[in-house]
Amino acid sequence: MHIPDGYLSPQTYVPFWGVSIGFWSVALKKMKKELSVKHVPYLAMAAAFSFLIMMFNVPIPGGTTGHAVGGGIIAVLLGPWTAVIAVSVSLIVQALVFGDGGITAIGANCFNMAVVIPFVSYWVFNLIRGNFTGGSRFNIAAFLSGWAGLSVASIFAGFEFGIQPLIASGADGRPLYAPYPLSVALPAMALEHMMLFSVVEGVVTLLLLKYFMKHEPELIHALKAKEA
Amino acid sequence: MTTQKKLWIGLLIMALLTPIGVILPDKLKAGSAWGEWGPEEIEKLLGYVPEGLKKLSELWKAPVPDYNFGGEGASMTVQVISYIASGIIGILAVGIVIYVLSRVLAKNEK
Repeated sequence: MHIPDGYLSPQTYVPFWGVSIGFWSVALKKMKKELSVKHVPYLAMAAAFSFLIMMFNVPIPGGTTGHAVGGGIIAVLLGPWTAVIAVSVSLIVQALVFGDGGITAIGANCFNMAVVIPFVSYWVFNLIRGNFTGGSRFNIAAFLSGWAGLSVASIFAGFEFGIQPLIASGADGRPLYAPYPLSVALPAMALEHMMLFSVVEGVVTLLLLKYFMKHEPELIHALKAKEA
Repeated sequence: MTTQKKLWIGLLIMALLTPIGVILPDKLKAGSAWGEWGPEEIEKLLGYVPEGLKKLSELWKAPVPDYNFGGEGASMTVQVISYIASGIIGILAVGIVIYVLSRVLAKNEK
């Protein structure tokens, strides 16, 4: 889901830079107000975790690959605004150092993976879990939060790819940027995620949440404050 | 051992396991992620490279493209080692950024 340079037109990537800068500034303000020294290592670990889990490319045999992002579990554990920072830092390092995701597309990629995933996951988790702190409903909430977060992000990414032919084409009528129309891009992105990569994100969210419930339950943001 | 120490060790183990993310797709003949094709792959798919895409794709030369120190055509061994090294560089890089960020924010508080 790391959109490279050249796939998005300036009409798309510039506004997305604006949107992401907006989210970053709110997130940093909140971090300044609320971050305590004892949480800094968790923030660093969250960014490192997100960086690493994206390296585990999950193959569709004979087809494409994809990966989990970890944004769901980070949002549930540390809150969605902290997750915005953690996943954004990881995505920016990936783009600058490893060429994974474009420089022009940092805004869009951070919006899809560092904003959409955390907020959708956090919201779905608390919506489904209600007041349960264990049992099957809690587990289902954890799985679905990760699953839904990545799935919705993939719909956004598919949409961003798919509108490019409508926005910009050359004199010869050929698209200038991402070439596939919405009817191709949207189902391609959404289905491969919903059927496989988001399932991985859901399982990761569930397993890690179980671990933290057992070892560090007082850390879990989503259990402390129900307001996002 | 504290939970934090355990978690750092867990992350290190993750970094050592990252080559799974390059070996498994290779074994199962899975290609690039959808929409992340390089210009040559696009040419194969479409028969041409979109003008704007060609221009913008040359914008940034990353120091370690695709987490691979060996460049295109690197052997699987080189890719595996590159992947582990990239994972560790990633942990350090995001760690430094977060540390600096939290120092700056904490200082402004006073």
